[in-house]
Amino acid sequence: MDASTLAQPVRQPSGDHDAALRFITCGSVDDGKSTLIGRLLVDSKAVLQDQLAGVQRSGETDLALLTDGLTAEREQGITIDVAYRYFATPARKFIIGDAPGHEQYTRNMVTAASSADAAVVLVDATKLAWQDADLKLLPQTHRHSLLAHLLRVPSIVFAINKLDAVQDPALAFRHISAALGRFAQSAGIEPRAVVPVSALKGHNVVEAAPGWCGYAGPSLLQLLETLPVTQAETAEPFSFPVQWVEKFSGSSDTSQGRRVFWGRIATGQVRPGQAVRVMPSGQTATVAQVLDAVRRPRDIGAGHSAGIVLDREVDVSRGDWLLATDAPEAVREVSGTVAWLDDEPLLPGRVYWALHGHRWVKARVRRIGHRLDIQTLAQQQATQLEANAIGQVEITLQEPLATRPFERARLPGSLVLVDTATHRTAGALLVR
Amino acid sequence: MNARVEPQLLTRLSSSHLDALEEEAIFVLREVAAFERPTLLFSGGKDSLVLLRCAEKAFGVNGDGTFGSGRIPYPLLMIDTGHNFPEVTDFRDRRAAELKADLIVRSVEDSMRRGTVRLAHPGESRNVHQSVTLLEAIEEFRFDALIGGARRDEEKARAKERVFSHRDSFGQWQPKAQRPELWTLFNTRLQPGEHFRVFPISNWTELDVWQYIERENIALPSIYYAHQRQVIERKGLLVPVTELTPPREGEQVVTRTVRFRTVGDITCTCPVASPAANASEVVAETIAADVSERGATRMDDKTSDASMEKRKKEGYF
Repeated sequence: MDASTLAQPVRQPSGDHDAALRFITCGSVDDGKSTLIGRLLVDSKAVLQDQLAGVQRSGETDLALLTDGLTAEREQGITIDVAYRYFATPARKFIIGDAPGHEQYTRNMVTAASSADAAVVLVDATKLAWQDADLKLLPQTHRHSLLAHLLRVPSIVFAINKLDAVQDPALAFRHISAALGRFAQSAGIEPRAVVPVSALKGHNVVEAAPGWCGYAGPSLLQLLETLPVTQAETAEPFSFPVQWVEKFSGSSDTSQGRRVFWGRIATGQVRPGQAVRVMPSGQTATVAQVLDAVRRPRDIGAGHSAGIVLDREVDVSRGDWLLATDAPEAVREVSGTVAWLDDEPLLPGRVYWALHGHRWVKARVRRIGHRLDIQTLAQQQATQLEANAIGQVEITLQEPLATRPFERARLPGSLVLVDTATHRTAGALLVR
Repeated sequence: MNARVEPQLLTRLSSSHLDALEEEAIFVLREVAAFERPTLLFSGGKDSLVLLRCAEKAFGVNGDGTFGSGRIPYPLLMIDTGHNFPEVTDFRDRRAAELKADLIVRSVEDSMRRGTVRLAHPGESRNVHQSVTLLEAIEEFRFDALIGGARRDEEKARAKERVFSHRDSFGQWQPKAQRPELWTLFNTRLQPGEHFRVFPISNWTELDVWQYIERENIALPSIYYAHQRQVIERKGLLVPVTELTPPREGEQVVTRTVRFRTVGDITCTCPVASPAANASEVVAETIAADVSERGATRMDDKTSDASMEKRKKEGYF
């Protein structure tokens, strides 16, 4: 994949553009993420006078200060945690998650990525041997791209920054694009685009800079205006984690004291007359009525809140799942990719809490398959997984769970692992 | 809040956006119902009234009677500084009664009587001291989840906060050690004495709130809309003349048509000059605004860049 094909959006955008696009910016420390967001906000006139005045020091505007809001961040000049920002253009509303670049705070990048429709991975041209046609990218570029890809962020965009500060921007753009192309291909990532930008000067951020660095595509913002939001998994069999059980008050109800099971549909859709199986009890029932988030009766698809009334009394509590009758059986042995987020390493043999939908069960790590070498993507042997590692694990669950491969079904395919002693959120497990 | 955006475009963009925000808020409010002792912080201000509307929908309070327990499954909690606008407290009490909700009021003045709050001088803003009273109420009722109407667009420290924000046994926020928050799998496990602050409308902006108020026809305390008020022009702010905030020597009292963008402690909340008399006029003004909600209205946030962060670390909402 060379720079000229990468520089254009890969697919035609689709989806609901009336919905806000949630995107994150990620990449290494000092790649200019906060500055890029500051530039997006200022150039799209989303920053108000008093906020702008707050980041001006002796006449100079420090764009990074618009997002770095914690004392420690200002002291250290780095972003520690995700800052969420909101802005709108005439075409669309945006929610930005400004994710930290420092390896130590990868867990916060993962937090931001888990709800994102798009990830802008920033690459700092000045940190790379851009004269070299065979140049190496930084580990954090790999790590963040891989995590965004693993978490199934629908669009990954590479933005090569600080090209205003290199001697031959066109050559730098070509070489870095080629390196990104090689890496993306080996990792199975299909980037939407590679855009040259200068967050500091504003080239190609909001307004396009035609021909700059030999790039003739849209500006980063123009690109973001066309990206699709995450598509709901409506084609998968129905699955529904029960969040809250509502008991009828009874008086005006004539439907034999049934209950409403509220939650957000994970996959598929639900309509009256449909047969469902309750996990874990295994009982079956028929859907009598479906209500939307605000209690209007209608058919509802994945991604939306629903209230489900069944045709008869069955044992259902918070944490249970309602499933299509042809959905896969619940299992006690699960393997998958884990992104480890806690400072205490993942150890085989240890028991963690696992959260699946609204259900908590104990989970024991049986075996570590391998750890991924971020740089070479090779699989290494490992006896533990330390903070920020990505690896393959096998776990045994205390009770069966109706998991599915994350690749096909995000919510049924994801587990959060929690340390039983500290209660810290320790890992994200993506079921294979 | 973007001067480039045409109002008619925003209306097109807003309807499905508001639906999505409402659904997210309802999801979080129902998640909190699983805690043992949750409560909803209710001040009578616009953000908490929006929260309350979402809670009504989540729990079928104003439904057709077919569904729902008819009550919000947690009490409302108000930390009273004693420095409130009467229009707001009256409204709060009326609304809580209409909803047949339990309203718990705990006051800073009680903490002062107990000696747990000591003012540096009698006229000092009690806003910061709310934290002490709040933590006392948490201990008294052993609350494990406190729902609040804070929004990430309000302030930079808020922009960093999780939807489920963990607090230690001293009520402190630890911004460097926030729990990762993956998808909607909220890790709600607590050690004894700890609790969560939960923000269902984290992702709403000031404009979203006003568009929702307009769409849902939510009643607000009257001072959110244009009215005549005696004020003093001080450091670019319009300071309301009250018993607690009298004019200083040499200051001139003038009468202006104003409204409040935010309401809180009288001693630190300022109105803005505005003729907007209803929600749709406020929406139009908000679209055109070039100063942020806090920048236009709060005296206490201007002392330092980090004042909100510092207060939150001490247990402030």
